[in-house]
Amino acid sequence: MTIEEIQNEIIDEFAMFEDWEERYQYMIDLGKTLPLIDEQFKTEDHIIKGCQSKVWVHADMDNEKVNFTADSDAVITKGIIAILIRVFSNQHPKDIIEANTDFIDKIGLKEHLSPTRANGLVSMIKQLKLYAIAYQTQLN
Amino acid sequence: MMSVAEKHMMLDVESIRKDFPILNRKVNGKPLVYFDNAATSQTPQQVIDVIVDYYSNYNANIHRGVHRLSQEATDAYEQSRLKIQQHFNAKHPYEIIFTSGTTHGINLVASGFSSLLKKGDEIIVSALEHHSNIVPWQMLCERTGATLKVLPMNENGELILSEFDSLLNDNTKLVFVNHISNALGTINPIESIIEKAHEVGAAVLVDGAQSCPHIKPDLQGLNVDFYVCSAHKICGPTGVGMLYGKEEWLNKLPPYQGGGEMIAEVTFDKTTYADLPHKFEAGTPNICGGIAFGAALDYMNSIGFDAITQYENELLEYGTNELLKIEGLKIYGTAKEKTSVISFNVGNIHPYDIGTILDKMGIAVRTGHHCAQPIMDFYQIPGTIRASFMFYNTKEEIDTFISALKKAVLMLS
Repeated sequence: MTIEEIQNEIIDEFAMFEDWEERYQYMIDLGKTLPLIDEQFKTEDHIIKGCQSKVWVHADMDNEKVNFTADSDAVITKGIIAILIRVFSNQHPKDIIEANTDFIDKIGLKEHLSPTRANGLVSMIKQLKLYAIAYQTQLN
Repeated sequence: MMSVAEKHMMLDVESIRKDFPILNRKVNGKPLVYFDNAATSQTPQQVIDVIVDYYSNYNANIHRGVHRLSQEATDAYEQSRLKIQQHFNAKHPYEIIFTSGTTHGINLVASGFSSLLKKGDEIIVSALEHHSNIVPWQMLCERTGATLKVLPMNENGELILSEFDSLLNDNTKLVFVNHISNALGTINPIESIIEKAHEVGAAVLVDGAQSCPHIKPDLQGLNVDFYVCSAHKICGPTGVGMLYGKEEWLNKLPPYQGGGEMIAEVTFDKTTYADLPHKFEAGTPNICGGIAFGAALDYMNSIGFDAITQYENELLEYGTNELLKIEGLKIYGTAKEKTSVISFNVGNIHPYDIGTILDKMGIAVRTGHHCAQPIMDFYQIPGTIRASFMFYNTKEEIDTFISALKKAVLMLS
């Protein structure tokens, strides 16, 4: 699936919910499906700065596709990073770099997009794209 | 039958709430429950009116203006300085310096002490401080070679006063402590700290940012050397505060910033500085904010600090008891003397998660380390949820908060 297809799939899933409670509950549940980062990578240099909770992300590339693993000590943050990783994992670095992230607004999580928001969703997207840029450089 | 004194102490919260337009708004479709007062207090209509009146009728630059508007603005600004002097019981109005807030006041004093300290001198900070009352002093130590020592705290979040004696010696030049801890709500024994510090000739700076909305201090009675606070913690606007310094100390400190307002005479050879308080008030100040600061004090005094304290203590006791009924909830900061701030965690749930869910239900609390990382390190936690009450909050709001919190815990467990 392309990044856009995955995003549309997520938009459809969230459209089933009527209120914030169900959306947040689903996001928390999605956090439980997150491909967890190997404990050895839970180090200072894998932490995404700008989050009130801790978020660690690790990336590797296989067959020109980037794969992400992550973890967080807060469950809502874990749900958010899980959604992002579902969108960006197993994709070509160039597609990750060029992807837009408007779907966040469409699943009712717009409030998390504010740059001042303590969970740092903006920082997370930036970090995932930075990994992609680094791998794209290797491919060039 | 209630005695006259008891009646006088009663606080009519329903009518008080009508003074605060923001308390009528909804957040995420729910009535706002504002429990983030320790970060900033809300503003009553009486203060908002003063701000509107200033910009509508007499906005002008102050001091030296010969025209009518400038005179009116100058009079109102200086009138506000007198109100602040009287409220905090300073000896002279010129001992009150308008600042942009507590942090500005602390930096002004820390900068001034650069020329008064030398290598081998010692300064003492309490373990309960906000970063703003730590970092400027660390920078001062870097500039002067002085040493920073820490007055430790116990598990309840109280300063261990017996340790203070062993930290004090003839090299101690300055002690700084907050009156009330922003992270835990502990009321610190500043009277004893000031007395002991003075015995070795050290000056004391009290950070009153958290105490000013709850306790009306008698600065002369306390015999404190410096006191700083912010208007926005006491129902005034942001971006304005005050530094009190004893006249002899303010005369010892060099000016903080150069510019207009702070000079007596300027030539390219030499500039002589203005007298207090203008020596420390370079540039055009927050004129409207300064005037509104005075209006905020008028408002607080019209309610009365005795009534405020009594009512807020009731809220603290009620809130504490209700919170402790929640399984796995732990309160950080259980000092005998504390104000209406409750810092807590529930089990292993991250404070950020709880804060986010509470926000969805219209409840404003603060989560995180509260700019007091050393305290969080002491308890070995990433942060807490902090609910802080003011006199315009109610027990009904606490009930709403408790049921929302229970729901959040259920969702997050």
